[in-house]
Amino acid sequence: MRQINFPNLDYMSQRWKALVFSGVLIGITFISLAVQGLNLGLDFTGGTVIEVGFQEPTVIAELSGALEAGGLTGITVQHFGSTREVLLRIPPSGETNNAALSQKVFDTLSAAADGKAELRRVEFVGPQVGEELTEQGGLAVLYSVIGILIYVALRFEWRFSLGAVAATVHDAIVTLGFFSLFQFEFDLNVLASILTVIGYSLNDTIVVFDRVRENFRKIRKGTPLDIMNQSVNETMSRTVITAGTVFLVVVALYLFGGETLRGFSLALIVGVISGTYSTIYIASNVAVLLGVSRQDLMPTPKEGPGVDARP
Amino acid sequence: MNQYPLWKNLLILGTLLAGLVLALPNLFSQDPSIEISAARKATMTAAGSDEIRAALENAKVPFKRIDTLEGGKLLVRFNASGDQLRGAEVIENTLSDRYRGALTISADLPGIVRALGLKPMNLGLDLRGGIYVLIDVDMESAVDQSLERYVEDIRTQLRDAKVRYLTVGREQGKVVLKFADAAARDAGQKVIAKEFRDLVMASVDDGEAFLITLALTPAQQKEIQDFALQQNITTLRNRVNALGVAEPNIARQGDRRIVVQLPGAQDPGRLKEILGATATLEYRLVDTEGSATDAEAGRVPVGSRLYHDREGRPVLLKRRVIVTGDQITDAASGFDAQSGTPMVSVNLDGPGGRRMRDVTTENVGKPMAVVFIENRTTTQQVDGKPVKRTEKVEEVISVANIREPFGKRFQTTGLDSSEEAHNLALLLRAGALAAPIQIVEERTVGPSLGQDNIDQGMLSVAIGFLAVVVFMAYYYSWFGVVADVVLLLNLVLIVAVMGLLGATLTMPGIAGMVLTIGMAVDANVLIFERMREEIRNGNSPQASIAAGYDKALSSIIDANVTTLIAAVVLFSFGTGPIKGFAVTLTVGLIASMFTAITCSRAMINWYWGGRRLKSLPV
Repeated sequence: MRQINFPNLDYMSQRWKALVFSGVLIGITFISLAVQGLNLGLDFTGGTVIEVGFQEPTVIAELSGALEAGGLTGITVQHFGSTREVLLRIPPSGETNNAALSQKVFDTLSAAADGKAELRRVEFVGPQVGEELTEQGGLAVLYSVIGILIYVALRFEWRFSLGAVAATVHDAIVTLGFFSLFQFEFDLNVLASILTVIGYSLNDTIVVFDRVRENFRKIRKGTPLDIMNQSVNETMSRTVITAGTVFLVVVALYLFGGETLRGFSLALIVGVISGTYSTIYIASNVAVLLGVSRQDLMPTPKEGPGVDARP
Repeated sequence: MNQYPLWKNLLILGTLLAGLVLALPNLFSQDPSIEISAARKATMTAAGSDEIRAALENAKVPFKRIDTLEGGKLLVRFNASGDQLRGAEVIENTLSDRYRGALTISADLPGIVRALGLKPMNLGLDLRGGIYVLIDVDMESAVDQSLERYVEDIRTQLRDAKVRYLTVGREQGKVVLKFADAAARDAGQKVIAKEFRDLVMASVDDGEAFLITLALTPAQQKEIQDFALQQNITTLRNRVNALGVAEPNIARQGDRRIVVQLPGAQDPGRLKEILGATATLEYRLVDTEGSATDAEAGRVPVGSRLYHDREGRPVLLKRRVIVTGDQITDAASGFDAQSGTPMVSVNLDGPGGRRMRDVTTENVGKPMAVVFIENRTTTQQVDGKPVKRTEKVEEVISVANIREPFGKRFQTTGLDSSEEAHNLALLLRAGALAAPIQIVEERTVGPSLGQDNIDQGMLSVAIGFLAVVVFMAYYYSWFGVVADVVLLLNLVLIVAVMGLLGATLTMPGIAGMVLTIGMAVDANVLIFERMREEIRNGNSPQASIAAGYDKALSSIIDANVTTLIAAVVLFSFGTGPIKGFAVTLTVGLIASMFTAITCSRAMINWYWGGRRLKSLPV
């Protein structure tokens, strides 16, 4: 049997340090969000993005020069994945889509590259749509958190529910903070990714809670802290291995999935790391701080037939 | 002993077999192709096929083969999208205007797979290239237009009833009538209460002014908005067909938006020209003396013109126009009060009504036709320079006999179905009172980017899959191999179910699949870790198998349900590609519960379940 042996550690004794650490992370996120905000992508700001593929490697300065010479100003030019691919951003101007403008931009660049250019993608998002997406994105996060809160409260107990949600929100915030701090582009895909992180982190937490519930019912001795510790230790190998397999595929996605999915997979990488950490240190921690006890988890005797026979 | 009953094993086997068969079409290559169809319901002949073959060979464009499809269409298959684009040019130059080529992709399925009616997954626009447009319909204008018609009507009614009024106008979504004194106002109120029962009326006296305000009921507003949306969808459908796209998809999104998806289309400029087309209508008398067949042979009588209806049949009409679209104030479908058959009622303005009365009085018993006219501007490349060309498309949309003289208001009856009546009403309004539209989101993906996305996506699926497979086999030994087999089955089931649901695979969808691979083994990890614990606690191997599955079950279900909640929220809030991600994730989670719990158990039971084991290969 191949096995990683995890030492039996007293994770709960570190709980204050973990809380401080997470507090600092969240603090940094809020400061970063307040100071520099998110580098919002086209989906949220509106505007036009053009992706052009060239046959020869390009130099950004030359391309910007060609655009400015053609009277096209205010356009950001950057490489996208390789030096043969270029991404251009045109800020939103009014409500309408200026198709002629994007065509002109492409023609100018194509002329500068002796026609060896190919229009790979043009995306226009009106400012109005951008606003709606921002609103919907916020609501989506809110609703999924509420849905999860209710489910966990029904299946476990409200303290666990709050613990799980605290861990989950923690992960969403940390991922958001990562994108804000390093100013990676935040687009719709990244938002989807954050929602996935919410799902994943919860998945992770629930497995530990499931064990906590089982141990509370099985082991009659020991403080809630001991039980938590034992449960975290017992599930440690699963936590690490699942995080490991997810990490493997997410890294594969980051490395080979292409530029479109880079932000998406990056958010997942951060989310998986944070999710694993929060499962171990935050979720149980919050449940204990809220004063969870053995009585809260004993199966409540039901009336009538079908009484749960287990002790 | 761990054994599944026979029925359970058969059920699992059956499900997996069905999954394999359903997923089968996805194994075959998706060729970039051009679909050629005849514009006027004619069929492509073998000669046409030979002509295209010769032209392609002549231009040295390599192609795979030319298939004849049902409905008299041809499908030219290519090996690469570059060839397809060059081929499209060649074909466009070869074929006359009567035929239309559309870029598409088509799976090269063997006859037996096609005979079973199996189809591969739909690919999203980000994977196959194409144009996505989100259109906003200006609902405020639609409501204003409708109020404006009420203003006209109310003026006429008040005049007819000889009620003196100061002004009738439109203010902030309401019709406001001003009167000089209370007596006139009360008289006006009576007229309106009688003639416009469907409006919400209120009278206001603020000092000197005597006012009546009329508002639309919420139900009416909703009806107007639905109609505006419907009407725009109908006209868009008509026009987009002219773009030469194999499977255009036009759908309503929410209260005021329309999504247009044009796979394979590459020129957003052309789409915009089509969207910007203006339409109008003309009522004309049918020339009953001349022969339409003669006219088609080139002998058109003086004073007449040859038109075609929507099925391409010739119709000979008089040159003189009775009424044009701008004279129509309203058109609605409904049922005839006497016969109960579907009908369309049309209202004309004053001058239009007078003219209609004159013409119909003279021509009772003769047929009258409605011609739908669209002005489309197209830009074409001539000698490398863009040349704008305005094209007028004229179609006869309805022919009906004049039963008796009529004027401002009339009905067209004798329609085959209420659907036909509905469509006619939509077209009549499209030619008269279209609600303005605006493009609020537009995404164009080139075919090469689409192919790159597929290649990269598949590569990351393969690598992620391989990494997990190797790890599981290494760490969990033979049981790990079982987990690997069910992981593969899981992928097959995802593909099968996606195909069955008609769901669309997008780039984020592929990401969802990759993620599912990582998360699907979680269930098996949970089970195997449990087994190891049971063994450590001194239980027998067979008991450990059973306990491993039993005790891990609640964790697996709880964990998956919470992830499902997030996926469902994603689905209901997301649009386009994100929806695709949510669908793949949801399908993946459900499939993984089936494969990881039931299928892996079946395999373990079948091989290890009936033996005396000293240890477990986990």
